[in-house]
Amino acid sequence: MSNEPVLQVKDLKTYFYLDDNQVARAVDDVDLTVRAGETVALVGESGSGKSITSLSIMQLINKPGKIVDGEISLLGRNLLDLSDKQMTKVRGNDVAMIFQEPMTALNPVYTVGNQIIEVLRKHKKMSKKQARLRAVELLKLVGFPRAEETIDEYPHQLSGGMRQRAMIAIAISCDPKLLIADEPTTALDVTIQAQILDLMSKMKEQLNMGLLLITHDLGVVAEYADRVLVMYGGQIVETSPKYDLFKGPKHPYTQGLLESLPSVHKELNRLGTIRGTVPPAHKFPTGCRFSSRCPHVMEQCLEKNPDLIDIEPERSVRCYLYTGDEGAKHGGDRRETSHSN
Amino acid sequence: MYKYIIRRILVFIPMLFALSIIVFALAKAAPGDPFTTMLDPNVDRQVYEDRKEALGLNDPVPVQYARWIGKAVQGDFGESIVYNGRPVMDLISARFWNTIYLGLVALFFTIIVAIPIGIYSARNPYSLLDYAATGFGFIGLAIPNFFFGLLAIYFLSIQFGWFPAQGTVSGNEVSGLKEFLDRLHHMFLPGITLGLASTATYMRYMRSEVLDVLGSDYIRTAKAKGMADRNVLYKHTLRNALIPIITLMGFEFGVLVGGAVITERVFNYPGLGTLFLDAIINRDYPIVMALTLILVYSY
Repeated sequence: MSNEPVLQVKDLKTYFYLDDNQVARAVDDVDLTVRAGETVALVGESGSGKSITSLSIMQLINKPGKIVDGEISLLGRNLLDLSDKQMTKVRGNDVAMIFQEPMTALNPVYTVGNQIIEVLRKHKKMSKKQARLRAVELLKLVGFPRAEETIDEYPHQLSGGMRQRAMIAIAISCDPKLLIADEPTTALDVTIQAQILDLMSKMKEQLNMGLLLITHDLGVVAEYADRVLVMYGGQIVETSPKYDLFKGPKHPYTQGLLESLPSVHKELNRLGTIRGTVPPAHKFPTGCRFSSRCPHVMEQCLEKNPDLIDIEPERSVRCYLYTGDEGAKHGGDRRETSHSN
Repeated sequence: MYKYIIRRILVFIPMLFALSIIVFALAKAAPGDPFTTMLDPNVDRQVYEDRKEALGLNDPVPVQYARWIGKAVQGDFGESIVYNGRPVMDLISARFWNTIYLGLVALFFTIIVAIPIGIYSARNPYSLLDYAATGFGFIGLAIPNFFFGLLAIYFLSIQFGWFPAQGTVSGNEVSGLKEFLDRLHHMFLPGITLGLASTATYMRYMRSEVLDVLGSDYIRTAKAKGMADRNVLYKHTLRNALIPIITLMGFEFGVLVGGAVITERVFNYPGLGTLFLDAIINRDYPIVMALTLILVYSY
């Protein structure tokens, strides 16, 4: 925890300019920090801006999206000041990324080896021979038993889990300082999920990387994260160390998420739900973005969006329930109120 | 793979056979015979009947077909009626390469124009040049070959005098490299005319393929690996985008040879197309039959 921060994002705003002069504020004032050797989980529903945040860090936002404001500093260097060409030296080298869909994330017309070797040759300026040896090493490291053969195989010859391993091999090939994993296990079945996540954790330890894990699976968060950032409507609504979050979620949205998890310790007739769905990013309510779905909605929630305030060391929440005295009261009786949902 | 190829060839034989029956029947069903355009109408009726009898044109159609196919399977496509009994294969082989060269020029033109423009359009969708290319695509597809050919002759050949309007060579005095360039010069106008429609089509295909691939996950992976734009385009995008294009190119060659019929006529280019059209007009059955089978085969 006392490690130096690898990534510091401040006030990041990524907007999408839609055809009819509407602006979708997909990421709005996001702050986040990832330290070396730490796993930070970014949690939220579909449409909450998790993936856009990660793509913004990589600067892989496509038109009509644009990073409007903010600062993304990697080891003290603001990535937003870099030229496109300088940025290609950062991607895959200092920051690497793993995607959700291993079946389509590898280029079908090149061998696995070719796709690893090209990264090594680009960033590490290795010769073909060196790069090939290193690629075999990497494949062994991520758990390919027959790495010498796999290197000459095409992606379609591998299963989904194996392809995700190959993606990890590509990602760690240049010893990145930060690894972004955008729902790396969503497309895999559960036993393979655990293997892949274990592998990523192991790699993170070995290389002392920061790991930004994007997921909507709270089980994954409970198992692998150190700190958790909960995102809703393009904003971070709660940040917390993992254990505190599961013990006592503060934001009504986080409470709702945890209510909706089945548990083996409690017997329940019905799981809790959060009513409604995430509104589209160009139609967020004025005031608090969660106000349209919040069970505790108050008058001031409809007028002005609350700020993210620190409530405990390492914990902050974006909710009016915690700005005044009444906060404690509402937070305490959440069990009663959420049953009425 | 060999099994597959052999099976395809075996399926192909009865198809050619069935097709030859249909074409033969259609050719015979057309009114008239070779002599309606050849002989002076004032010639004695008896001469006319004698000629027909001698060529076996008075026999029942199935008998005629049996006679033809019997020779055809041995590689003998008979003699031309109109060209004073010259073997059909001689006439065809004399012109065959002209048509192939023209097809190659058209294909080359298609590739060097359609693929770069398609790539540009896909990388800059909805830009001015993309719209211009789309407009050109519609025009290219909508304009009939013969009309574009006439426009090309009128402007580029007659008005500006840049290109010859017909033929394959200027004369016999040139040879070697000069002859080659002279032939290319002659093939330019028919080449672009023949290639126009397919250029327009492939431009559109290429645009949508590249656009499709650029949006795919593995392109995002390549970018996330830090590959430069040029590498992403040439290494990761094109190889995938060209897969369907190359498959279509296989069909394209047959289309070009078939489409050459009209273009060759417009430019008076001595290829199979001109031969084919003359043969149909003159009811020169042996040539029509042989060429139809060749055209089918080239598909």
